[in-house]
Order: sequence, then structure tokens, then C-alpha cells
Amino acid sequence: MDTILVVVEQREGKLNRVSWETITAGQTIAAQTGWTLEAAVVGSGVAAIAGEVAAKKLAKVYAVESARLEPYTPDAFAHALHEFLGKHPAKLVLMPHTYQVRDFVPKLATALQTTAISDVIGAKYEGGKLLFTRQMFQGKFVADVSFAGAGPCFVTFQNGSFRADKVEAGAAPDPVETVNVEIPDGVVRNQPQEVFKEAKQAVDLTQAEIIVSVGRGIKEQKNIDLAKQLADALGGELAASRPICDSGWLPMDRQVGSSGQTVAPKLYLALGISGAIQHVVGMKGSRSIVAINKDSEAPIFEIADIAVVGNLFDIVPPLIEEVKKAKG
Amino acid sequence: MPHKYRSLCPPSVDSFILMSFPCTYWMLLGSRSVKILVCIKQVPQKDAPLKLNEAGTWIREDVSYEVNEPDAFALEEALRQKEKHTGEVVVITAGPARALQVLREALAKGADRAIHLEDDAFVGLDAYNTARAIAAAIKDEKFDLIFTGLQSDDYGYAQTGVILAQILGWPHATIIMQIEKNETGIRVKRELEAGFFQFVDMPLPAVLTIQSGINKLRYATLIGIKQAKNKPMRKVTLAEVQSAMGANLQKIEKLYAPQKSKNTEFLEGPPAEVAKKLVEKLKNELRVI
Repeated sequence: MDTILVVVEQREGKLNRVSWETITAGQTIAAQTGWTLEAAVVGSGVAAIAGEVAAKKLAKVYAVESARLEPYTPDAFAHALHEFLGKHPAKLVLMPHTYQVRDFVPKLATALQTTAISDVIGAKYEGGKLLFTRQMFQGKFVADVSFAGAGPCFVTFQNGSFRADKVEAGAAPDPVETVNVEIPDGVVRNQPQEVFKEAKQAVDLTQAEIIVSVGRGIKEQKNIDLAKQLADALGGELAASRPICDSGWLPMDRQVGSSGQTVAPKLYLALGISGAIQHVVGMKGSRSIVAINKDSEAPIFEIADIAVVGNLFDIVPPLIEEVKKAKG
Repeated sequence: MPHKYRSLCPPSVDSFILMSFPCTYWMLLGSRSVKILVCIKQVPQKDAPLKLNEAGTWIREDVSYEVNEPDAFALEEALRQKEKHTGEVVVITAGPARALQVLREALAKGADRAIHLEDDAFVGLDAYNTARAIAAAIKDEKFDLIFTGLQSDDYGYAQTGVILAQILGWPHATIIMQIEKNETGIRVKRELEAGFFQFVDMPLPAVLTIQSGINKLRYATLIGIKQAKNKPMRKVTLAEVQSAMGANLQKIEKLYAPQKSKNTEFLEGPPAEVAKKLVEKLKNELRVI
């Protein structure tokens, strides 16, 4: 039987949501193929997070450990996983499509003379063949991609492709094995400095459950406050499409889209956003999308669950009141 | 391969100096001379309406093309580094005859020479094979830096640069927003998620994938366009690099328009009523209140 390995991403002892989504992807593919599903946490001092992952329905969880894995470098991560996969072969290796994974997966796959299917939004198992769906041409088309060769085939999943809350828990905790990897002197060539933020009010929208997002339809900077009030009433974060941030009406770290953040909240409420592809790729994984726009032809309505065709300045004020009422 | 010594021995340096003083090249020469390769790709224009081919495996090729946006920023960054430190900027592309256009534009903007891996087959390569073809085409060159855009607008693999680094045995860094040389190599600024950044010190030679917006693009001048015609253009055929390549390890089985799976519910009525209906749904159906 073949093995599927999910490599989750942890930072300071916490998994990001897309890592949980990737475990769901692994569980889905394992159910279809009947392959064994395992997970690995890579880092320094990751036993606790491995224990947390072990509560999910997996055959086994590995803590891949080396002091040289902290801070992250592509050299150390590729080396550690190369060594690990040598001892624990897998047919498929699934990872979240994060900036960190994008940084080392192509290197790791090449070191193993295999391939990485990146930025995947879905998986199918048809006639004994695994197909991975990924966007191409900036989301104008999607492609079903198959892989060849002995593997392991690496697959990276975009934010919101699977549901984090659909991760199946195990009946009993999975066995956890610590694998200490040797990373010799000279392997790590890059010297990363401290991570920092430039914007003062930096916000991680990827972790938000509710997002109220504004587009060109908000018209003027002073109207941003209206959206802010709605976000506050809902207990959500405020976000925007690129033109709003380019105009300086909201800081760049509130931008959702291909050049901003990719989000998958429970609710994405789009105010005056037309739904250009550069924006849509960053939010279409949201569990539910509510769009308010005066243009009935706006492409945002193609992906909206609930649509309101109308002037946002008429609808948002009573909406704020109703939300406050409902929340008591 | 003794890649470690490549940064110590660029072709522009007298070898006796290096033998006498085995310290790093940048320390020795201060800001002198940097040789940069920029990998650029021709992709369909951003707003071009795309149609599928009959087999449903690729787009119809009768569209307008342009240079991949992040690659234009990579070229601009290379030209700026050369202006600062002197040296040479070489551009390379893998694509059909039409891809010559992006090389011409790069030469007009100031690149010194160009390499064209010319064959229709280059359109259908996976990232591993593209990187192997590029590596084979530059095997007799000695670059200090290789730049690529962070990803292409067509395939969007975001992998070719990193794979190329691995093939060459060089370090790499991705999504770069700033490049400064320092005593031991370079310091780059990486863009991370959620508004975070990080500086990374790394030795040379190295591969960097460049983020859009790192700099401000220049236009080609009339003189530049004129001079471009006399700049060296090396053609490399598929046959010349094929022995370095292998079978594609991933295959597009089917290309299609994304399916609209949603049944959108439209709420209608006066604003107050719509607001009420919407909140009911947020509470009872979406359960976010």
C-alpha cells in the first residue's frame, strides 16, 4: 500500500489553517485511494504540535527535528525532508501552498528528481488515476494535472481548497515518532534575519472568520468608516481590493487578492467589489460569500452565495443596525 | 561541480589576484562588475480573451503576447544592479519564434545580449524541464546572479527559478523586494505572508525570484531600440539541450473554464427589508452571528 504524507507548517508552535485544510485533503484522497495517511511536523521542538496533529485520523505522526530547522531556511528544510523521505518513502507528499512551502518544495522535488504540482485547488481519483486541479492563466482556466515518474509527487494546496473544520478526528491518538535529522555544517547557506512588519497595524486576515471587504464602489476614503462599523458589528476584520490599498485608503496589509492575502473565512462580505480575478483568487475559498454591488453584471455575483443588487450606501446602515439587534 | 568558487572567479577578474588573495570577490573588488542572467517569459496579454484549443489541452495560440509582468521587474532590477556595480546583463527565454519579441524589448531596455531557446516544444515543458533546458544553455557561462520573475501568468508554477538553483547547486531566495550587496555576498529582502518581511544574507552565486513592484519599470528609448539590433543574440535549439532534459513529470490532462457551482440567491426589496433578510440568513443559515 502506498503512503500519503501531509507535511504541515507550524510557526511558534501553531499550525496555520491551510495546514489543517491540507490534512482534510489528505484524508479525502486516502479515503478514495485506500492509501495510508501520515503527517509530519518539521522544525525544532515540535513535539507538542505533533501531539496536537495526532488527535486527527492519521496512521502516524512524525516530529522531524533538528536545531538547524529554526529559523527556516530552504536548505535545511529540503535537506531534512530529503533525508526523512529516504527512510520513510511516500507516493504523495501534500503541503499547504504557503510562501515558505513555495520557497523549498521545488528544490526538494528536484533533489529527488521528481515534480511538485503547485497551487492546487482540488483532487480527483478517476479510474485509478489521481488528478489535481490547479488554476492557470490567472484563474481564467483550470487544469486537471496528472503526474508521472516514481514519485514522490509533491502537491501544494491553495488556501480554502478544503475545509479545515472537516478534519476527521481519530478514535484514539495516533502514534507519534520523533525523527532526528542530521543537517551537517555547510548545508545551510542563507542567513535569515528577524522577521518584521513594515505596516504598524499589520493584520493576518488568513486567520479571520469574518471579513468585510471594500472595493472601488466605496467611492471615497471617508466612506471606509461605514464598512468599518459593519465589520465591528459583525466582529470581523476589514479588508479591501487592490485599488483601495493603492490609493492609501487602507494599509497594504488589508489587501485581499493575488498580490495581497488569500483568505477563506466563514463569511466574506464584499461591498462594492466588482470581482476581478486578481481579487477573486484571494477570497473565493470563503465558506460563504455575500456581495453587495449596484452593477447586476458584476462578476462577483458569479461566486456569491447571497447577492444584493443595490446601492451599498442604502443597505449598509440598516444592515449595521440589524446586526447589532441580532447580537443583542 | 566547484560552484563555490564561481563567485570567486568571475571571468572579468585576473586569476592571479584571486590566487594571491583568497578572500571573496565582492570584498576584493568593492562594487565592481556583476554578471546577471534574467529569465523572462512571453505570456498572453493580461486582458487578452483566451480560447481553448480543440483538444481542450491548451489555449489557442492566436492571441497577443507580452512579457510576463514579474519578469519585467526582474530585468529592471538586473539593469539597476549593473548600473550600480557595472557588469553584464544577459536575458534568456525558452519559447517559439514569437518569443524573440521579449528578448528584443529587453535588449532595447539595456540588456547586453540574449539567448533564445527556440522551439515550439518549450511551451509545453514542465518547470523541471524548463530549468534543465536553461541550465544546459548556460553551462559555459559564469554568472554571479540569476533572476526570474516570481511566477508566470500562464502556468503559474512559481518553481522554475528555485529548480534552476538546485540544478546549479546554488542558494536561492524567493519573492524578493530589495537586493544590496554586502561584504560576503548579498542581503535580500523577502516578502512573507500577511505583511511580514525578512532580510536574508546569502553568498554568491545565487538565484533570486523577483516580486512585482520591487522597482519602477523603465521604457525603452529610441536609441536603445536602435542599438538592440546590433546586440548579440544566441539561438539554442531543442536538440542542443535535449540530452539534459527528460520526460515531463506532470501533464495537463484537460484545460477548461472554471465551473460555476454556486446557486446565488438574490435578496430583493427596500434596503431595510433586505438588511433584515440578510441578517436572518447570517444568523440561521450561515451561522456567523
